[in-house]
Amino acid sequence: MVLEKVVEILRNYKDEQDLEVTMASTFEELELDSLDTVELVMEIEEAFDTSIEMDGELQTIGDVVTLIEKAIA
Amino acid sequence: MSFAIIGTGSALPKTIQTNEDLAQFLDTSHDWIVSRTGIEARHICVAESILDIALEASVNALENAQIKPAELDLIICPTLGGDTVTPSLACLIQEQLGATCPSFDLNAACSGFVYGLDVADAYFARNNDMKILVIAVDAMSKLVDWQDRATAVLFGDGAGAAVLGSGNSLKAIQLTAVGNQHALSIPWPKGNHPLTQNQSNPAPYLLMDGPEVYRFAVAAICSDLRSVVKAAGIELSDLDYIIPHQANLRIIEGAAKRLKLPMDKFVLRVNGCGNTSAASIPLVLDELNRSKTFKPGTRIALTAFGGGLTTGACVIEWT
Repeated sequence: MVLEKVVEILRNYKDEQDLEVTMASTFEELELDSLDTVELVMEIEEAFDTSIEMDGELQTIGDVVTLIEKAIA
Repeated sequence: MSFAIIGTGSALPKTIQTNEDLAQFLDTSHDWIVSRTGIEARHICVAESILDIALEASVNALENAQIKPAELDLIICPTLGGDTVTPSLACLIQEQLGATCPSFDLNAACSGFVYGLDVADAYFARNNDMKILVIAVDAMSKLVDWQDRATAVLFGDGAGAAVLGSGNSLKAIQLTAVGNQHALSIPWPKGNHPLTQNQSNPAPYLLMDGPEVYRFAVAAICSDLRSVVKAAGIELSDLDYIIPHQANLRIIEGAAKRLKLPMDKFVLRVNGCGNTSAASIPLVLDELNRSKTFKPGTRIALTAFGGGLTTGACVIEWT
């Protein structure tokens, strides 16, 4: 459920509704730089009404999904 | 009673460097810089000292206020530092103006101008019959690493000043500080004591965690604006203009979206000057004052954030 929402936010952010995204997709593959990543993470945090640490370990969509799942558990 | 802004002034160094100019010696491009920051060009102190631009802005502000330097009761200079560690820049401005009042620098990084207004407000609480010059100036070109494309492209040099006199323009003001060296710091140059020569020191240039600063900045604009308008007894929609610290267009867009405010409420000048640190807000204030954009009753919010980490916000009703 978290992944589905994250993918929806990501597709809206990039304005590409048929963007292929999996847990293993990296920000680099998705052509998201550090500024894009922080904007995206903030949108995801707002959608789930929570906050996560961004300490440079975030590489993949799966990393974000895991942290969100922990935060809202 | 608080104070009224009775005059403004500003100054920019003559040398302009466009993004194309930077791309000559940095691995970057105009399109990359504009899409991530909104910045197209910045002014750099080459022929001018920091004192030169501070003095020009101060003289402009005093002329605009129609007062003489001898009438000043206090000079506050928000800055990361002038041409010398001591004397303070404020004292050198005082000397060059021919003023005789107490003068000091104030370091709150990019929040410096709002910090300066808050200190001035306290002086007005003690004695309402004063004239105070707040002259904010920074030359970030001397503090960033020109081999670091991630930070060098963001900054520029400038000075902005306001002369404050008796009045009731300041409706609310608030400051915050949360000590944090990791997000943004500029180390001192290493001294030459023999016992410290073997120690490794970081280069004395700006270090910044961009994503962390971005998150801090967007959150600061949102929470500071919400609380300062509440303290002023008005709503966000009552504001005519919001002058944010001009750091990065994407930060301002991020905050506007979260506050559900139209972008045209925010005055944006980041494109031509980059981030001029403490000077960014008074530079905009002076431009709008001189173009007679402000009328009696115009409600303006200033919102700043910067190294420290510091933030400051206020609501001013123009008179």
